[in-house]
Amino acid sequence: MKYLDEYRDAAPARQLAESLRRLVRRPWTIMEVCGGQTHTILKSGLEDLLPPEITLVHGPGCPVCVTPLELIDRAIALARLPEVIFCSFGDMLRVPGSRGSLLEAKAGGADVRIVYSPLDALKLARANPARQVVFFAVGFETTAPANAAVVWEAERQGIANFSILVAHVLVPPAMEAILSSSNHRIDAFLAAGHVCTVMGYEEYEPISRRYRVPMVVTGFEPLDLLEGIYMAVAQLESGRAEVENQYRRAVRREGNRPAQELIREVFEISPRKWRGIGEIPSSGLRLRERFRAFDAETRFRVAAAGVEEAAECIAGLVLQGLRKPRECSAFATRCTPERPLGAPMVSSEGACAAYYLYGRRQHDGVQPELSSGESGR
Amino acid sequence: MCLAVPGKIVSILEEDEQAGWRSAKVDFGGVRKEVSLAFTPEAAIGDYVLVHVGFALSVVDEAEAQKIFETLREMEELAGEEERGP
Repeated sequence: MKYLDEYRDAAPARQLAESLRRLVRRPWTIMEVCGGQTHTILKSGLEDLLPPEITLVHGPGCPVCVTPLELIDRAIALARLPEVIFCSFGDMLRVPGSRGSLLEAKAGGADVRIVYSPLDALKLARANPARQVVFFAVGFETTAPANAAVVWEAERQGIANFSILVAHVLVPPAMEAILSSSNHRIDAFLAAGHVCTVMGYEEYEPISRRYRVPMVVTGFEPLDLLEGIYMAVAQLESGRAEVENQYRRAVRREGNRPAQELIREVFEISPRKWRGIGEIPSSGLRLRERFRAFDAETRFRVAAAGVEEAAECIAGLVLQGLRKPRECSAFATRCTPERPLGAPMVSSEGACAAYYLYGRRQHDGVQPELSSGESGR
Repeated sequence: MCLAVPGKIVSILEEDEQAGWRSAKVDFGGVRKEVSLAFTPEAAIGDYVLVHVGFALSVVDEAEAQKIFETLREMEELAGEEERGP
């Protein structure tokens, strides 16, 4: 597929890695923020191509992983209401709440449906006027315009049996929370390309200046990541700390203005609790007063009891780049994608799942997936 | 979750009169899906758009997409010249 395959080619990837080897002088730790990027790194075996001076740590950019336990519990309680059709992206279904997952609720008879787009949930509401359709609105800035659009449309069309359970989080406050902690070890960030497709990168500029940390807006294919790392290291080696854009084919500095305007019309910024990390001020979105009627938490009063995480799970440390998944004593033994202790082992973007799926395979001597007609490394 | 996939617009569907948002049929390597152009009003037939959960978020800039390969070719030529010496 155009704009995908050419960025997965092994020959230019090796060439970029070689340039990086010539460039790097000192050890650097770089955090990629987005879980999609983490999976590309592990799946394509990029870490093996990098010079030993460079350490990659994986960030909190997995919305499924940071959605608080009590919100998962609330989702399950909503899904169990007989009048409710509960719609969610497939990722959320196996995430463990304090007592089971949405998938287990579905097996127990709850009407839980996987949708590809929030538009599908809105269609279901139109087609089932006697039922209540609730969509689990999980995501970062990338997904916020779509969720804003369906609420806006539901109001315009007067679809009264549609609501959303909001679990929206914002990336820059999380990056700032990581940088302001005394024990962080991050020299540079690869900022999440698709978040910036929507928001642009102006808001990263003051953070980069304040903490003197280079930030490179980076895409999701192996070549994108290698170029992003190259640009970050070039800044570090020359003592610069700026915001640069590697993902120029998709991201403009100002972002997507129509998308931003609709987000602002429907949502307002609020404090938000991050699973494994805790509450971060101004790090989430909630529906504005005008759209509060479409808030599932207002419409259905389902209480969630006080809940606790599995004591053994170090998801919070993994999400802040302080530990690697392999450093967890439960990794791949008591915690697997089939029986997860924490959310990062479940999601298609979770760091623990990436290490489980791809990291172990490389240890078993299987070639990583950079495409090439040659015999590989 | 933030996965977005590039696809080519093959046709523009009729405008929803009240919302004023267009949608398009978008081809993803042979699979065609209906995509909202609510956030990319400038998108036209033949453009590649980056699609996330049924919405186009950005029109792919072809010239920018080629730059990394141009840079790599230049780097290769430069390395060749260095090897040959002045």
